Amino acid sequence: MAAVAGTRQSQHQAEPIIKVSNLCNRFGEHVVHEDLDLNLFRGEILGVVGGSGTGKSVLLRSIIGLRKPTSGNIRVFGETLDALSPRARSRMEQRFGVLFQGGALFTSLNLQENIAVPLIEHAGLKRPDAERVARMKLALTGLPPDAALKYPAELSGGMVKRASLARALALDPEILFLDEPTAGLDPIGAAAFDELIVTLRNALGLTVFLVTHDLDTLYSTCDRVAVLSQKRVLVADTLETVAVNPDEWIQDYFNGPRGRAASYAAANRTQRQQGENV
Amino acid sequence: MEPRPSQSQASDPIGSRPGNARFESGGLTITGDWTLSGYHSLLQQLAALPAGAKTPDRLDLSALEHIDTAGASVLASFLGPETLEQHVSAEEILPEEKAALLLAVARSLEDWQEPLPPKVSPVRLFLGHTGQQVEALGHLIWVLLGFIGQTLATLAWVLPRPKRWRVTPFVASIQDTGLNALPIVALLTFLVGAVVAFLGATVLEDFGATIYTVNLVAFSFLREFGVLLAAILLAGRTASSFTAHIGAMKVNEELDAIRTLGLSPIELLVLPRVLAMMISLPILTFVGMMAGMVGGALVCVLSLDITLTQFLAIVERDIALRHFLVGISKAPVFAFLIAVIGCLEGFKVGGSAQSVGEHTTSSVVQSIFIVILLDAIAALFFMEMGW
Repeated sequence: MAAVAGTRQSQHQAEPIIKVSNLCNRFGEHVVHEDLDLNLFRGEILGVVGGSGTGKSVLLRSIIGLRKPTSGNIRVFGETLDALSPRARSRMEQRFGVLFQGGALFTSLNLQENIAVPLIEHAGLKRPDAERVARMKLALTGLPPDAALKYPAELSGGMVKRASLARALALDPEILFLDEPTAGLDPIGAAAFDELIVTLRNALGLTVFLVTHDLDTLYSTCDRVAVLSQKRVLVADTLETVAVNPDEWIQDYFNGPRGRAASYAAANRTQRQQGENV
Repeated sequence: MEPRPSQSQASDPIGSRPGNARFESGGLTITGDWTLSGYHSLLQQLAALPAGAKTPDRLDLSALEHIDTAGASVLASFLGPETLEQHVSAEEILPEEKAALLLAVARSLEDWQEPLPPKVSPVRLFLGHTGQQVEALGHLIWVLLGFIGQTLATLAWVLPRPKRWRVTPFVASIQDTGLNALPIVALLTFLVGAVVAFLGATVLEDFGATIYTVNLVAFSFLREFGVLLAAILLAGRTASSFTAHIGAMKVNEELDAIRTLGLSPIELLVLPRVLAMMISLPILTFVGMMAGMVGGALVCVLSLDITLTQFLAIVERDIALRHFLVGISKAPVFAFLIAVIGCLEGFKVGGSAQSVGEHTTSSVVQSIFIVILLDAIAALFFMEMGW
């Protein structure tokens, strides 16, 4: 973990692949974001945290182009999504993989068909080929073989998350956006999912933008943490740096009973791993 | 861990060097780009290799340019995940991130067997489907009868207890199903009335009996068309809305919430709707009858030289009150069935968006079907009775 963090540090000088600057989002009178700045660097897992209603999901939707920001500038791979032609925009969107909070699998298709959709539409594969690739993606996310022909309604919450992760990975995206990936999973399933994200990031060279409430996810996966509060990103840095920030909400968050438990668990885990290595 | 060379930093665009596999003297050499864009050709190339290529002595990946999970899976399913894993682990010059990707794909495919699609002969499939449909029809009728019984039982329980009457949803439902449907019902029956008058005039003119157009319009609208048109319109407009509303509540687990709060969904959702429909449809039927006769009268006055006074006089003289009663008596029955079918289909919705659509369609088809079927039976019955 330490080695990984070192690598990230050295990359910080590099140009960010997502650069959000002066973002404002307003719903009528209600201001969600004001002059928000955030960078995402290649290869990192960035955890975005914040209280309910601080606009984490709105930020994610603004970046992937589902919501037009009230004002401000969002550059993805150096381009502004809104300024692109529809074709160029579609090509750009194929470099994203998005895992929505509720999974958002198409309920009328079975799992392999769900994942085959982008493969047939964008990669131009024939259906049998696409379904083979789809089954491989399902295997990659750790689903059992018999799940391929099941429909989303027949799956448990954890399986839905894995299957929609498989769909997000269908076109081998460069950036993965995850909206509350472990919400609604049991602790064991959530821990396995955290591990899966790190494994896939390392194996596929992904960059991950992770919106979460889950402190354990933060401790076990994220290279950097961005805290959304008071309509902007209060701080975005490594977990150690963020945790000692004097802001009241951050202190409540990281040093509340749950925060302490997660930090303790993470420290224990590191100790155990070091013990094994010795 | 070194920073990975990213795809965009590489000198060649991905896919510019088609992937290639060569098998020479026991060694399998993999070159070029093994990515999703060349998926099919990669599969074909590997299939064309001699049988020995599946168990090569050496695996040379040094000239491999780009690889993604799709390319890795082609290789993994050709060699077998274990073989690929052994070769990749032994390989030393392969960049770390490619090795990691190949290993991740190989490991995930290790316990994975292709699920076998079930093979069934088309004849058996056809027979099976037919049987299923017949069984489903029987089940449908059974469930509908059960639901009607449940609704009536709940109604009987609620009626003597005024505290349990849901007045607000009942009135709101009347506004929605009755008042808001008024303009469209009136317009439609008016137009059909005019059309019937024109048709009658054309046919009856040959017999010199144009004056009977009045009887035709009045008879048909009082006995059949008023109630039938209004019922069909409500079946399309209201049954579908009941199904979609209750179905969406079911998908959202709101029905379960109602039950766990100790409330009855039938009492809360079905009764107000059914009762509101039983008020709305007779009113709409009456409006439909009147609008249809106004449409007929307009045609008579404007193009058949029958004055309005004449029209009204003929109606008063020839059309007995029982025709109106025959027509309007069917309205509450139709209303009850349409509302019950609409609600029941809503309760049958499963977990998916597709299911909401299927059951909405089904509720409209069923309620229109049952309205027309009952109307035909009723027409025979009333004729035999001489009413």
